[in-house]
Amino acid sequence: MSIPSVIFYMISAMILICGYLSVTTRKIFRAAIYLLFCLIGIAALFFFLENDFIAAVQIVVYVGGIVVLIIFSIFLTHKSGEEMPMASLKKEVAALAAVVSGFILVFYLIHTNTFIMDSNEKVAPTVNNIGTQMLSTDKFGYVLPFEVVSMLLLAAMIGAIVIAIKVKPKQ
Amino acid sequence: MNQIPLEHILFVSTALFFIGVYGFFTRKNMIMMLMSVELILNSVNINFITFNKYLFPDKLNGVFFSIFIIVIAAAEAAVAIAIIINLYRSHNSIDVDDTNEMKY
Repeated sequence: MSIPSVIFYMISAMILICGYLSVTTRKIFRAAIYLLFCLIGIAALFFFLENDFIAAVQIVVYVGGIVVLIIFSIFLTHKSGEEMPMASLKKEVAALAAVVSGFILVFYLIHTNTFIMDSNEKVAPTVNNIGTQMLSTDKFGYVLPFEVVSMLLLAAMIGAIVIAIKVKPKQ
Repeated sequence: MNQIPLEHILFVSTALFFIGVYGFFTRKNMIMMLMSVELILNSVNINFITFNKYLFPDKLNGVFFSIFIIVIAAAEAAVAIAIIINLYRSHNSIDVDDTNEMKY
């Protein structure tokens, strides 16, 4: 086995183990920390796939933003160290059956499908290429989704403030 | 880099997706459900990046889609946490079993 494939399998093992622990551990703060390491592993996988910009965005947005937000909300809504109740056995078995059968179905489909590898000239996913194409108004430009998503972010920001604001009791 | 078969990366993303689905089914805490949804969205991101790299190396569409998914996940997490905090103020609990006013 060559060194890149060893690195890939180590990253994959980190992602899957941390993800599994994150959904099965009974302490919610530990679940958030396992989620953090799972997201760092996914960023490492993006670095491994030579998508440096997406990996950097993954670290900035997920690790620096969403996980911190989740940890804050855990502190706001939980007594720390409190253990979550287990799901009932019936529910657990049903969920496990659904998940395993779904996984087998999807992986069977992936396995029997033949992917046609394209050997066209490669476009490097550098920040320069991504920015130029994202803000271009030409045929394959992405400026309209960019503007729409910026409006969505603004709406989500205002909505989050309005929902979470503390209403003062009337005198 | 192409010595890693495409199927192995797709195995990782599929497994991560179903881990997220399992967490979403078995947990009743709203923050835990939100974390499971984040796992699901991340597995989709891995798929987009991998397909872009292996099948369409002459385009950048997978990169754009994963950027938009990351943006929407961030917006979704912000709104969801605002709703969770508001729910905690009114019900003193964030368990989905305790919020059943609109069920019947």
